[in-house]
Amino acid sequence: MSTELLAFYAFAALALGSGLFILLTRNLMYAAFSLFLALLGIAALFVLAGADFLAVAQLMVYVGGILVLLIFGIMLTRVPDPEATSQTPNRVLVGLGRKFWGLTVGLGLFVVLFLVVVQANFALDGDTLDSRSTIRTLGVELMTTHLLPFEIAGILLLVALVGAAYLAMHRNPDPTE
Amino acid sequence: MNSAIPLFHFLVVAAALFSLGLAVAVTKRNVIGILIGLELMLNAVNLNLIAFSRHDPVLLRGQLFALFVIVVAAAEVTVALAIVLRVYHHYGSIDPDEMKDLKQ
Repeated sequence: MSTELLAFYAFAALALGSGLFILLTRNLMYAAFSLFLALLGIAALFVLAGADFLAVAQLMVYVGGILVLLIFGIMLTRVPDPEATSQTPNRVLVGLGRKFWGLTVGLGLFVVLFLVVVQANFALDGDTLDSRSTIRTLGVELMTTHLLPFEIAGILLLVALVGAAYLAMHRNPDPTE
Repeated sequence: MNSAIPLFHFLVVAAALFSLGLAVAVTKRNVIGILIGLELMLNAVNLNLIAFSRHDPVLLRGQLFALFVIVVAAAEVTVALAIVLRVYHHYGSIDPDEMKDLKQ
């Protein structure tokens, strides 16, 4: 067994174990930190699949942006516990509902996907990716064939930013005041 | 990189991650928990795209698509969290089971 395969198994186990912990834990804060571990494992899997630039982008966008936003969201929307004192730890506990359906849907989908992947016989010919960096190819492609989606993505980000700022503004005055 | 890791391995890991994300999105009784499940599912899809993109070394179309998926995921999370904050102000909780009325 090669070192690469061993690293793949280790990082896949990290990602899947963190995903399982997210599913089972009741503490939402632990779920967010476990998502961080899962994203790290997935970024390592990107590197093992030859996508070096995407792994770095994944770390910067997800860990630096999305995860911080999620943690802010968890802290801003916490329902305060009336019996909490300054000594009690701040746990953000969330109940798990629809356990039967969640388990059924998740396991059923995995079985279906696994059977599809096992039975599929992908005819993949041609070269596989060599060890050179993908940044040059990605940059050239983004600026030539994919220029329109690139610009649309920029506009989408601007619109999402303005829309999120507008939505999050507290513009409805409190009727009791 | 020659194919030291078979494509099958990537596909199975991505399928398991997608199923886990779906189960998280169904079972969590909190909108942010559902968002975490969505992020897991998007990452599983990206893993699939990148694994297939290994066999397209000239154009790397799978990796480009995954890049756009990451951009759209970032936009989606910002808007979703703004909506979650509004919902929290209105209902006082973000349990999706407690959002029953549409009126003010």
